[in-house]
Amino acid sequence: MLETLAFGAFSGVAILSALMVVIARNPVRSVLFLILAFFSAAGLFVLLGAEFLAMLLIVVYVGAVAVLFLFVVMMLDVDFAELKQGFLEYAPLGGLVGLILAAELAMIGFTWQASEQAMALRAAAIPEGMGNVEALGQVLYDDYVFFFQMAGLVLLVAMIGAIVLTLRHKPHVKRQSVTAQVGRKRDEAVELVDIKPGQGIGE
Amino acid sequence: MMEIGLGHYLAVAAILFTIGVFGIFVNRKNVIILLMSVELILLSVNINLVAFSSFLGDLAGQVFAMFVLTVAAAEAAVGLAILVVYFRNRGDISVEGVNMMKG
Repeated sequence: MLETLAFGAFSGVAILSALMVVIARNPVRSVLFLILAFFSAAGLFVLLGAEFLAMLLIVVYVGAVAVLFLFVVMMLDVDFAELKQGFLEYAPLGGLVGLILAAELAMIGFTWQASEQAMALRAAAIPEGMGNVEALGQVLYDDYVFFFQMAGLVLLVAMIGAIVLTLRHKPHVKRQSVTAQVGRKRDEAVELVDIKPGQGIGE
Repeated sequence: MMEIGLGHYLAVAAILFTIGVFGIFVNRKNVIILLMSVELILLSVNINLVAFSSFLGDLAGQVFAMFVLTVAAAEAAVGLAILVVYFRNRGDISVEGVNMMKG
């Protein structure tokens, strides 16, 4: 009873906010609706018993990805009015493709059946009497430790890529050059001038 | 009251996926919303994985959902970096001029 109500609320909010992400006029609102969609999806995950992934969704998506989107939206000085041009032009095509896709997914959904051996073919059955986080940790660090490390490598490469892409050296900013400082010789820095008495330096 | 089964979760994921694809088609002037649509699609994939994992009692689905999350975060970071560079060069973020990036 309560679970059904919660499922209805979470899924309804998720779908509505996803729709608002796509059709909102202002990109800032799009990002905020995206955050709402992620929160609702985290609620669905809790209903499914995947508490760790739900918390991960909130921490990673809402805390990092969505805030990154918000930063970029605020940082770029974009004319919001002209962003929605062409919406109505492409809406029929997009709607058609979406409808075809939905129909295909429904066809798969109605004809699909689980294999009879599905239960025997499970890669990592959920153990009894163990919390979701503990069980997930055991599976992740035993069976999937190589993929876990590779995921870390993917994140490292993405981080380096993002830094390399956005780093730029402004031409008019004075920077400290340690090589130039250390490589300075006495001849370049000091000049000895022999001044005759009563004449001064002159020019 | 009806019982919530696997089919309900799959339906929600399918609707989210369709909305994401619709968003990619509709927003031709705004690459940011395009990236958000991709995030929505990946979210629907995650819902699928977790729903199957929960109803079959197999933890591997949740592990793979975690990897999808990782790739989605990396994709968002690199995509937004490309977007920032693109905006610096062009002054807008419409999809039409993206082919100026070709070598």
